[in-house]
Amino acid sequence: MATTAEPTTAVTQPKMVNLTIEGRPVSVPEGTSILEAGKRAGVLIPHYCYHPALSIAGNCRMCLVDVEKAPKLAPACATAAAEGQVVHIYTEKALEARKGVLEMLLINHPLDCPICDKSGECELQDFTYQEGPAESRLRDPKRFNPVEDFGGDVLYTTSRCILCTRCVRFMDEMAQDTVLNVTERGDRALIGKFEGKDLTHEWAGNVIDLCPVGALLSKDSLNKARSWELDHAPSICTGCSQGCNISIDTRDNMVIRFRPRPNEHVNKYFMCDTGRLDYRWINRQDRVEVPLVRRGESLAAADWDVAIPATAALLDGHRVFVAASPNLSNETLYLLSQLIRANGGTGAFTVPTGPEAPLPGVPDLSLRADRAANGDGATLLGFKRTASLLDGLAAGDVLIVADADAANITPAQLALAAAVIVIGTTLPENLRTAAIVLPIANHAEEDGTFTNLRGRVQRFFQAKAAPGMARPSWWVVGDVLAALGKGNAYYLASEVFAAMASDVSAFAGMTYDALGMRGLVVSGGAK
Amino acid sequence: MGYPHPSHAGETPVLSQYFGDQDGIGLDGWRKRGGYNGLQKALSMSPAEIVDVVKASGLRGRGGAGFPTGIKWSFMKPGDGKPHYLCCNADESEPGTFKDREIMRWTPHALVEGCAIGAYAIGAETAYIYIRGEFTEPLIRMRQAVREAYDAGIIGKNAMGSGKRIDIVIHKGAGAYICGEETAMMNSIEGRRGNPRIKPPFPAVSGVFGQPTTINNVETLAAVPHIIVRGAEWYKGLSLSSPKSTGSKLFSVCGNIAKPGNYEVTLGFPFKDFLYDLCGGPLPGRTFKAVVPGGISVPIQTMEEAEATKMDYEGFIEQGSMLGSGGVIVFDDQQNMVKQIARAARFFAHESCAQCTQCREGTAWTTKIMERIRDGEGTHEDLDTLFSIADNMTGKTICVLSDSCAVPVVSGINKFRSEFEALIKKPKFHPVTAAVA
Repeated sequence: MATTAEPTTAVTQPKMVNLTIEGRPVSVPEGTSILEAGKRAGVLIPHYCYHPALSIAGNCRMCLVDVEKAPKLAPACATAAAEGQVVHIYTEKALEARKGVLEMLLINHPLDCPICDKSGECELQDFTYQEGPAESRLRDPKRFNPVEDFGGDVLYTTSRCILCTRCVRFMDEMAQDTVLNVTERGDRALIGKFEGKDLTHEWAGNVIDLCPVGALLSKDSLNKARSWELDHAPSICTGCSQGCNISIDTRDNMVIRFRPRPNEHVNKYFMCDTGRLDYRWINRQDRVEVPLVRRGESLAAADWDVAIPATAALLDGHRVFVAASPNLSNETLYLLSQLIRANGGTGAFTVPTGPEAPLPGVPDLSLRADRAANGDGATLLGFKRTASLLDGLAAGDVLIVADADAANITPAQLALAAAVIVIGTTLPENLRTAAIVLPIANHAEEDGTFTNLRGRVQRFFQAKAAPGMARPSWWVVGDVLAALGKGNAYYLASEVFAAMASDVSAFAGMTYDALGMRGLVVSGGAK
Repeated sequence: MGYPHPSHAGETPVLSQYFGDQDGIGLDGWRKRGGYNGLQKALSMSPAEIVDVVKASGLRGRGGAGFPTGIKWSFMKPGDGKPHYLCCNADESEPGTFKDREIMRWTPHALVEGCAIGAYAIGAETAYIYIRGEFTEPLIRMRQAVREAYDAGIIGKNAMGSGKRIDIVIHKGAGAYICGEETAMMNSIEGRRGNPRIKPPFPAVSGVFGQPTTINNVETLAAVPHIIVRGAEWYKGLSLSSPKSTGSKLFSVCGNIAKPGNYEVTLGFPFKDFLYDLCGGPLPGRTFKAVVPGGISVPIQTMEEAEATKMDYEGFIEQGSMLGSGGVIVFDDQQNMVKQIARAARFFAHESCAQCTQCREGTAWTTKIMERIRDGEGTHEDLDTLFSIADNMTGKTICVLSDSCAVPVVSGINKFRSEFEALIKKPKFHPVTAAVA
């Protein structure tokens, strides 16, 4: 009788250690630091130099905690949790030590919070407010150093630097491009650049996020907003197919900046500079704000109640050719695929490409050659990736240009179509002959999901209001389908997703709740 | 100051026996003086036997911490399949300490021999000698000695025909105080910035290049050949304080004293006799006021404390200080202690590697306050602030440089507070404002 061999790679469970932190029992895998164990127990141990993605430096000495039976205070970042350990974070001894560190950090730190870009999200400010000394005992002049341009998007405000070396370690360990160093000794020490080097690495902007104080700042967002004026929405970067998790920070309905949002499955804590600085288009002012319906030679503004039936009428009985943007959500692409299914026809998309730029220290994290967020989602939903956008457009088709880049569409191609419907955020010059223009929200203005190159389906959330009468793209397509009698109108993106999950096997079993903030991989697995 | 010193019954020249003897510097002369007999004998013993002899001798680290050398060597596990390293700390940067450079200047082969025995004992094929960059003459002598030892087959792939490989590499430091800290030294050997490493892991587990490493001071290693040749009992018998503090020790003496220089005495020697008899006492017309007995980073002693001290590891602690590196700095009644301590603080502020917050900022802040007091601009609150800063700087950083700055400040204020207060009370210049009628 044939026997089945035992699997040779058995999954070994890590040995767990049990300890108490601030009275809370917690169980963590052996080797976990007290600082990380504290996070598991729900207590944040103040720290500056520690970062989960970087090597332990243990130099800020801010995370000193009281461990019972230990002779001295222990740095929580560099001390492993041990069985039966009892850790206190708020004993007088530990508080005094951290107060001492804060006082030391502040003696030369300029108190320029009113003009510092980091104010409101500065960890020195936060912990000083929490545990720091009420007043300074410094009677001597503060040290002063000039501001330095580090190249790329990074400005170094030397006097604010607390020498935590996160930036140095990021460039050494993650970017693996040694640009930064600690120059000089004693209190003259500062972060310097190696001769002839600049922070022009594709991922260098991350040092801005990693800096716990206002020493490293983005030139791009300098003085644009105070942090407390910003609204934050979790989103996904559309710069490439990696699908880095980001926060879209807005002020008065304008996007001020993108920042990486941690997701251990996709981008850890980082994002590339191309993605980081690729936000201005969201603020563009030449948006289509009202539905437009052709009246003779011109396009006239119309209410949605007019534009949707008019669109349905135009589509009725015609094959369609949908030229889709690979940055449309799964939800919108799904409804467009329903339209194709109902009327017959095809859908296609093109993906702009560029050079790959990996972050060497993080496996499988790269600025991908495919510079679009949802090419893989589009493929899963039946759209064909083509070299030329309108390849396959048949005479007599109704051409739907769904926010695709229309720059290369020629009048001759348009003439082939029975009619042109634009579902878009803007109306390109060469599509002004369209019969109908339906204004939609961009991805920062609606909810939805993208599928990244590894098949991970990830949610993004509305960060700002769409201009004028523009509606979420899935809403618009859903209404067109309903008007055609080929589907239901949808009122929530989650309803569209639910319909897609029950219809398309790749998304089977998924819900918005299940996706959460980390996403799930489509059935069939990661590529 | 030349060698040899005028003979004094209190001196016990073991390491310093050939100081000043030009003929003992080269290999031939050194061999005529019994050089390399220790290595020859050691190579006929097993590493474990050598470790046992060193343990039995009671030899303790002469770099400052005083950890038992044999026990330190026994942490290196033979047969663990990893390369082991010996690092000889010849960075000697502690202000007031200048004994290791004299060992290297006059008896470079003694150190080569000690390194070779140490390396063999801990299972290392390579020993690094990390020499302070400013030590030009000792560096030249050591390079010559290592070259001679290689040429004579004393070290190399078949050390003294034993079939054992012992390589010695001289690594010249760039002149940073912190590189004398053992983990910073390892970083420096690896070509990195000389910043101390967090312990654990300790060097015996993960040292230079991540491999098991033992770090010993020059004086410690130079004593080993004598112990191997003459035996552990002989070494123990040298002491007046056996069994806790054994053997002889070099003390460097500087400051306001008649005969500064290096003196070797057995541990347990009375400090008073040392200062007055061996070193000639104060300069004419002066009296001693204070002593720093182990390099500037140990607590300052008043003369009363110093005169009651036994010169061994325990004796200095009993009298509120430490043996440290054995760098004796003497201050007489002409000295302004505030100025001296401010100078010490400035040294540490200059040399802090800048890793730890308390050290980087604390040493500099301490210096600013000390210099302000020195200049007559201090306040009584400044003294409280200095104590508070010192408290923040003590026991909270990766290495002890921060503590080393706090120690002279705290002990200085405690023991010479009146000098601080006299400066604080110094009348300030206030311009007179004429009353306007």
